[in-house]
Amino acid sequence: MADLSINMCGIKSPNPFWLASGPPSNCGEQVMRAFDAGWGGAVWKTLGKPIVNVSSRLGAVDHKGNRMSGLNNIELITDRPLDTNFKEIYEVKKRYPNHAVMVSLMVETKQEWEDIIRRAEDAGADGLELNFGCPHGMCERGMGSAVGQEPEILQELTSWVVDYANTPVLVKLTPNVTDILDPGFAAAKGGAHGLSLINTIKSIIGVNLDTLVPLPSVRDKSTNGGYCGPAVKPIALHMVAALARDTRINIPISGIGGIGDWRDAAEFIALGATSVQVCTAVMHYGYRIVEDMIDGLSNYLDDMKMTSVTELIGKAIPHFTEWGNLDLNYRVRATIDAEKCIGCQLCYIACLDGAHQCIHTRQNDCSAYHGESDHGSHPRSEIKPSVIHQADSQIPDYVPFVDEDECVGCNLCQLICPVPGCVSMEERESNVIAKT
Amino acid sequence: MERNMKLPDNRLENKFSESKPLYTKSEARIEANRCLFCYDALCTVACPAGIDISTFINKIASGNIRGAAKTIFKKNLLGVTTAQVCPVEELCVGACVYNKYNSNPINIGRLQRYATETAIQWEQEQDKKLFNTKVSSDRKVALIGAGPASLSCAAHLAHEGVKSVIYEKDNLPGGLNVTGIAPYKLFSDAALKEIDWLKETGLEIQTGVDIGHDISIDNLIDNFDAVFLGAGLGKDKFPGIPGENTSGVWGATDLIRKIKNDHTFTLPENLKTVNVVGGGNSAIDIARELAILGVLEVNIIYRQTKAEMPGYQHELDAAQKDGVRMIEYAVPVEIIQNNRLVLYTKHKITGEPQQFESDWIVIAIGNERDAGQLIPGLEIDEKGCVIVDSQTKRTSVAKIYAGGDCINGGKEVVNAVADGRDAAFAMLHEWGMLDLQHERKNHG
Ligand SMILES: Cc1cc2nc3c(=O)[nH]c(=O)nc-3n(C[C@H](O)[C@H](O)[C@H](O)COP(=O)(O)OP(=O)(O)OC[C@H]3O[C@@H](n4cnc5c(N)ncnc54)[C@H](O)[C@@H]3O)c2cc1C
Ligand SMILES: Cc1cc2nc3c(=O)[nH]c(=O)nc-3n(C[C@H](O)[C@H](O)[C@H](O)COP(=O)(O)O)c2cc1C
Ligand code: SF4
Repeated sequence: MADLSINMCGIKSPNPFWLASGPPSNCGEQVMRAFDAGWGGAVWKTLGKPIVNVSSRLGAVDHKGNRMSGLNNIELITDRPLDTNFKEIYEVKKRYPNHAVMVSLMVETKQEWEDIIRRAEDAGADGLELNFGCPHGMCERGMGSAVGQEPEILQELTSWVVDYANTPVLVKLTPNVTDILDPGFAAAKGGAHGLSLINTIKSIIGVNLDTLVPLPSVRDKSTNGGYCGPAVKPIALHMVAALARDTRINIPISGIGGIGDWRDAAEFIALGATSVQVCTAVMHYGYRIVEDMIDGLSNYLDDMKMTSVTELIGKAIPHFTEWGNLDLNYRVRATIDAEKCIGCQLCYIACLDGAHQCIHTRQNDCSAYHGESDHGSHPRSEIKPSVIHQADSQIPDYVPFVDEDECVGCNLCQLICPVPGCVSMEERESNVIAKT
Repeated sequence: MERNMKLPDNRLENKFSESKPLYTKSEARIEANRCLFCYDALCTVACPAGIDISTFINKIASGNIRGAAKTIFKKNLLGVTTAQVCPVEELCVGACVYNKYNSNPINIGRLQRYATETAIQWEQEQDKKLFNTKVSSDRKVALIGAGPASLSCAAHLAHEGVKSVIYEKDNLPGGLNVTGIAPYKLFSDAALKEIDWLKETGLEIQTGVDIGHDISIDNLIDNFDAVFLGAGLGKDKFPGIPGENTSGVWGATDLIRKIKNDHTFTLPENLKTVNVVGGGNSAIDIARELAILGVLEVNIIYRQTKAEMPGYQHELDAAQKDGVRMIEYAVPVEIIQNNRLVLYTKHKITGEPQQFESDWIVIAIGNERDAGQLIPGLEIDEKGCVIVDSQTKRTSVAKIYAGGDCINGGKEVVNAVADGRDAAFAMLHEWGMLDLQHERKNHG
């Protein structure tokens, strides 16, 4: 079995799976249960000056009956007394000396920073995470993403903290910026030992169409919140990869955003993350999901003949490049497996209306069927005899077929086909010798 | 005719419970979200009414229930009852692509019921209408029989402002939808409620009027712009064997009607065994109904084997689960009354005689096809079905259209509904009130 343990800028953890700062890491009792379930580390719910949280505070996007494809929150930092938090951190560290306990912090003045850092380290924190990412509530008070969006302030604050702290300092970045490299570079220059990203994306999750109050509603009003969960993973992956590729920024990254299983985690690691953090998926299913994350990742590493998870870090980065470096002579085309096809014709309509009009069905596109067709009002332009020929073959009527010469290889049909493996994209010889 | 039609309580039908009750909102959403939203969907191809199924299901998924109902009603104004009575396993649901995908097909019938009933409830609660009936024209159509075929035809006509008068010889409208459908699928009161709703289009129903008897066909032809024949089938057919008139020998539709609609009718205490002769869906229905009502031994006695039965396999399976037994290769020869009734048969292949004792015998071998004889000069095929043009449902006699069981010899409610709609559209087209080409393309 592959070694899953990591050492991220001096923070040691039995595996790369950490709870992200948020409701799952709100108190000691939770964090201990998470460690019992298998989590390697936890970033404590952000500590700062006392605040009061609103209710309600969460909203979600459901897609086609799938609950919580995206989650939005208007929660602030911890609303529990600092003393209690530090007592619990101490308790957790005492009982779980080999697990990683990072404490997320967000305060304003230098004095406040020094104060809270001292108390966190006294309680036994293995590292600090500076919350420069929260995009709601705190930023209007000049904290959170208000810092993360100003590289100079971010750099200065980071250097105060790094100077004062005795433990490794991770800077948690906000994705609500034009170019993630700016704050990333600023954090590195400020001396941060590592980066965590992404925090949530500024969002309005929806509107209650009966009351016209946006969601989540606090009586008759709402406010913008932060978006996370499965829907944000691609954005997070890109930001992590962009930072990992940048040779000016040579500090490890903790990848966050939409991670729900070992595959998600492996993708983040392959694109440059050393550890990964999870919030929404735990809020959805509980700490137990880590069992499969551990199991699945180690099986995957075994399959890939890697003995340690650290071997995977950044392995996909060399394959990530600018558009201009892509090979214009590489061509794939779609083929539909008639045996597997169930006849939903979703590829037909997708290619017809949303791609390049090269998937056909016998009843719609072959002259023998015209006249009886419901779609005859704008008969499709001539179909080449070779394609008609395909149509006359033995395949059942409901199975669409691809005009291979016309297919641009965009993938759409494969993406929407409900049957795994029914549409495949095969490489074909290219007849264009193209340069951009 | 009165509003809010309802049959008396204490009918045997009240002892049944619905096999597919109305979905709740969340059940409907969950099921609707499973739909793949196929294009040119095979379920629609399989629907005799051609309902755009994936579109209406997608509307349920988005929460647009009235839109879903309208999509259904465009093609099938009896969307509420067909949702419950259609043999969906043989039609839309049987065609669902999920059958080929190791997954349960979508419960299309139940979704259709949910959409249509919810939308009608909205109409009633909000005192609003899904469809605006057009201003009345001076066209008039008479319809013979108030079964699904005529109801569908009349309602489509009424939507366009055509005055439609349905004449029904019975004292209740609805045809077999009220008198024949197995109670575990649809209660008579539910079918009557749908008719109440259809009457809001302005169509008129006169019950207790036997055309050819109380009013002549010529009279109708003279006084109306067109006549639609939706008279269904005739009485139960009997095999013509000695003893078939003995008391205790029933015609299937006769008995089913008593179970459903007659509050004075009960099963005798000592009714222990019933033999049902036939192999169609009526035979399966009555056998299953009696079994559910507590008759200890119910046998279907059929001339051939299960495989050859015209009744649906899924219906037979369900009946057998309820305790019905199946006897194959038994050809009825004679009925004799001893203490009980004895049905003498001979084996279809070996000729070997057999006898089956029972308290009752139910004959379910089909119904007379005599509707065509109502109208002199009507062309009829060798099976007794009225011959019509497949698209317009026009008969050989000018101004006369026909649809439903009287043209197909006995299919499903949804076929009758589709025929009635086709005839209505053809009439409207003829009178310049509808662009049929356009209608076909968009809704047909
Ligand atoms: C026992 C049984 C169970 C069935 N179960 C199902 C089922 O589960 N699902 C399904 O889809 N289909 C089922 N069917 C078939 C379905 O009921 C018929 O296909 C459908 O009702 C046909 O409609 P219709 O309008 O053509 O005729 P009918 O429903 O038969 O209506 C014809 C009407 O015309 C009236 N009439 C006849 N002559 C005259 C006249 N001279 N003057 C005035 N009125 C007249 C009759 O009284 C009757 O009310 C079943 C049929 C039977 C017999
Ligand atoms: C309800 C809620 C509260 C959160 N609170 C904090 C917080 O206090 N500090 C912080 O740094 N991030 C906070 N986050 C952001 C998460 O730590 C994480 O960065 C983000 O949710 C993306 O990860 P995910 O897709 O796994 O949820 C919060 C997220 C949620 C949903
Ligand atoms: S890959 Fe794109 S262009 Fe080619 S058949 Fe599929 S959808 Fe059409």
